[in-house]
Amino acid sequence: MKIECRQVFKQFGAVTALQDVNLAIADNEFVTFVGASGCGKSTLLRTIAGLETHSRGDVLVNGRPIAGPGRDRAMVFQHYSLYPWLSVTGNIRFCRQLGAQTEGRTSADVEAASGRADALLQLMGLSASANAYPNQLSGGMQQRVAIARALMGKPEILLMDEPFGALDAQTREVMHDLILHVHRLEKTTLVFVTHDVEEAIYLGHRIVLMAPRPGRIDTIYDVPLPRERTQDMKHSPEFLALKRRLLDRIRETSGMATDLEQLARLNRQETSA
Amino acid sequence: MATSSMWAIRQAIPRRAYWVLALSGLLIPLVAWAWLSASSGVNPVFLPGPLKVLERIRTWWTEDDLLGDTAISTLRVFLGWALSVVVAVPIGLFIGTWRSVQALLEPLTDFVRYMPAVAFVPLVMLWVGIDESAKIAIIFLGSFFQMVLMVAEDVRRVPLAQIEAAQTMGATRREVLERVIFPSAKPALLDTLRISMGCAWTYLVVAELVAANSGLGFSILKAQRFLQTDKIFAGILLIGLIGLVIDQLFRLLHRKVFPWMHTR
Repeated sequence: MKIECRQVFKQFGAVTALQDVNLAIADNEFVTFVGASGCGKSTLLRTIAGLETHSRGDVLVNGRPIAGPGRDRAMVFQHYSLYPWLSVTGNIRFCRQLGAQTEGRTSADVEAASGRADALLQLMGLSASANAYPNQLSGGMQQRVAIARALMGKPEILLMDEPFGALDAQTREVMHDLILHVHRLEKTTLVFVTHDVEEAIYLGHRIVLMAPRPGRIDTIYDVPLPRERTQDMKHSPEFLALKRRLLDRIRETSGMATDLEQLARLNRQETSA
Repeated sequence: MATSSMWAIRQAIPRRAYWVLALSGLLIPLVAWAWLSASSGVNPVFLPGPLKVLERIRTWWTEDDLLGDTAISTLRVFLGWALSVVVAVPIGLFIGTWRSVQALLEPLTDFVRYMPAVAFVPLVMLWVGIDESAKIAIIFLGSFFQMVLMVAEDVRRVPLAQIEAAQTMGATRREVLERVIFPSAKPALLDTLRISMGCAWTYLVVAELVAANSGLGFSILKAQRFLQTDKIFAGILLIGLIGLVIDQLFRLLHRKVFPWMHTR
């Protein structure tokens, strides 16, 4: 197993952010986390990243407990993570300035690194913007830079926290196919948090549905689609059926279902009055 | 269309309109001043006219040592301010980065900040003496505590995602500080330095209370003794003018050093 969470608990004062989380993610798997807000999906991702501490339980990567963040688990954030004073290339090559990634480097490494930076520029369609500053780019292009920068250090695991949440629908579709391509090419293990059920199904091999109060894993679904995804699968009966099941379950677990029933009851009373 | 674009909230206005407004903002008070001082019933001792003040600046230049006064005052302000920068920037950087340092130093700084620098004058004379270092010390005291808090605030404004992204790329604490927090806060820090330079100038007159025999602040104080209101006006205007120039230089520097902030 690449990542293992065993009975992970996290307490924020009186709030239980994560309760008894057990999860195993295989090497090269693509797993998506969905759930209503407050279900702890981002907290769980950040715990795996080592950016949050957990109160009890174990988080293992390659069988070893994690000790804080590390270069084996790069993370892509929703926004504000690029370095605006560096060009696109400067951002992508940022990790090359860090001791952890340059120990005992030889001239061959340096050459390989600059080759990799160029390859990532190509892969992400950023070659024309290599010398631009982040604030000159659109939101979609900025996220391409963030992904390329995370990949530069060849992480075994790529963690993505609602990376496309701020993008428009068309840009999002392009990014979905891009990230699937990256996953195939780089062979990283990918954990992806989203609030968008369709995104979760289209990208994931498995979907972890989480529920709030206390934050916990509710159900884990296998996505009944071939691993090679195409946009037209979004209209397949399997896709639509799973989408409905997920949406219903999220509504049930978030307490929204009861809210809606109450609203309907109120409406009925008003019309009858 | 022209009028509505002038009142569009936070929108750019035509370049020419900007300059016309900026010049009007400076010229209207000047004209009002000239008119008020020329009107009968206003004692010229209380309100000397612009021409009289200009004439005073000229004689200050030819008969007294205006250049020398300006130079020594600028030097004092600059040294006091620079000393503040050297101490306040690292301390503010640490306060903004580590909650533990914040807990240790921020309440203390908040406390001292409210103590009037003027009241420290006798103590400074006792402790530091009455030579140049005393004047620099007062300017330091006046600007330092504000600067620490502003620097800390600038550092706290660095987006957490920038820091966390570096951590997930394997950056050490020191690397996060040197390669992310400091460069990210730099533009805000330069603005803080610009604003504190203004603070430093406001303490000039207080600083030159201490056994000075030269300087713009000292000249204002001396003019007060002889009721030379035109010289007081001249001194105040000169300080304002120097401040305006320094401020513009800082803004120019900002555009030169951080081109990525000014490109779109």
